[in-house]
Amino acid sequence: MTAAGPQKQYFDALAAGSFRIQRCESCTRHVFYPRIQCPHCGGDRLGWVEPSGLGTVYSATVFRRKPADGGDQQISLVDLDEGVRMMSRVEGPAPAEVRIGMRVKARIAQQDDAPVVVFDPVEG
Amino acid sequence: MAHPLRGKTAIVGVGHAGFGDAGGFTEMEILTQAALAACADAGISLREIDGLATCSVTASMWAMPVAESLGIRPRFVDSTMLGGSSFVEHLLPAMMALEAGVCNAVLVCYGSTQRSGTANRAMIAAARKAMDPQPYEHPYSPVTAAPSYALAAARHMHEFGTTREQLAEVAVAARKWAQLNPEAQMRDPLTIEQVLASRMICDPLTVRDCCLVTDGAGAFVLTRADRAKSLARPPVYVLGNATALWHRQISSLPQLTVTAASDSGKRAFEMAGITAKDADVVALYDAFTINTILFLEDLGFCPKGEGGRFVADGAIAPGGKLAVNTNGGGLSCVHPGMYGIFLVIEATRQLRGECGERQVADPRIAVVNGNGGVLSSQSTAVLGTADTL
Repeated sequence: MTAAGPQKQYFDALAAGSFRIQRCESCTRHVFYPRIQCPHCGGDRLGWVEPSGLGTVYSATVFRRKPADGGDQQISLVDLDEGVRMMSRVEGPAPAEVRIGMRVKARIAQQDDAPVVVFDPVEG
Repeated sequence: MAHPLRGKTAIVGVGHAGFGDAGGFTEMEILTQAALAACADAGISLREIDGLATCSVTASMWAMPVAESLGIRPRFVDSTMLGGSSFVEHLLPAMMALEAGVCNAVLVCYGSTQRSGTANRAMIAAARKAMDPQPYEHPYSPVTAAPSYALAAARHMHEFGTTREQLAEVAVAARKWAQLNPEAQMRDPLTIEQVLASRMICDPLTVRDCCLVTDGAGAFVLTRADRAKSLARPPVYVLGNATALWHRQISSLPQLTVTAASDSGKRAFEMAGITAKDADVVALYDAFTINTILFLEDLGFCPKGEGGRFVADGAIAPGGKLAVNTNGGGLSCVHPGMYGIFLVIEATRQLRGECGERQVADPRIAVVNGNGGVLSSQSTAVLGTADTL
């Protein structure tokens, strides 16, 4: 087995169908994006956990593009229920219909032959 | 007790070149023109410059070609690159170096041919994606600043009821100042309705909520206060400067409505011994209209969340209650990739009383706030005339 840092471990797991984030064994807070040291307490023992995948849209925008350039692009910041924030996009609604406060759930999608985490709206 | 660096150094000369389209001139050439203009303004020779502070959006070893091209061998060099706040951030290290006797005259300079040059923004974006990877954001967002600021604007509207009309007030005020500045690049009349009806770039920001893309170069010279008194122009003293760096990516800013200017501003004001109320003229890095609103709040010109209402009814336009971005700002005057140096230049010119139609009446204290990255780095400076010492 070759050595791998947190970034490679994260994307390897994602490619294998598992969305994982880190959790600090010292302060028990969750960490995203993956790194060597806990940004909250400085602890260096970070383990992997599978989040619930549920989160709330913290902010949302639409990057306007011509259809020929790929069309309008939804961009969101999502706060996972575990307390970490990530940039992503909400799929399903029209880009301009994604609202702050909307409840969403993570899903692994493929983009340019690489796995990415995107979100779908959920009830309540 | 006064801070030991308060008022110990002064801006003694400012210069700029290549505004708009520098067509046919390189970045280094317009930077050199600005540097020479700043030295001539100060009444000192470029040969006397023994300190250099500069950085570039594209060249990672930029201080080297600058020193080489100018033909100087600086004893003090600072090429810290924090995005557009850099040239405000360059003040404090230069002040310390001057006060410690490491050097005697520091040239802070910048130039970009972002508009006319061959290295256009698309090329820079592609290169940055490879050389400065952000694998947790790049899959979702174009390599440009607009989405990050749009996310901050959307959150501010959500939390505080800020409106698109209030954002547009910032653009309209900048344009009204620009109409008083013959050097500003965009001087046509602009209304709130026109801002709202302009092409949407990234909701809620239209193209008129976004800064210009121009060429331009700027420079200023800093010396110890004792030297400054014997030079050509009235010295503009640096009363305070502080920098705060909180993140790189917008997803790492805990509250999108509170920027690092709340920290840099507090420390710069403490160093200068002032509060926001003491400012006679203000220069805030307006890369996007939301910036001005955020920085007015974070620097204490109004309570958090009140920025939108603060700027309403022309309050920061000519004749309003606070003179903000009197050159027209990045929104209407000039914005060559990084704008920070032009904040210092305009504040200096206001304090020297040479701004013509847009001159604020007898200003004594100017507050400058540089912004870099995606609200990532903030550097606040307080500048003052001789009677603030």
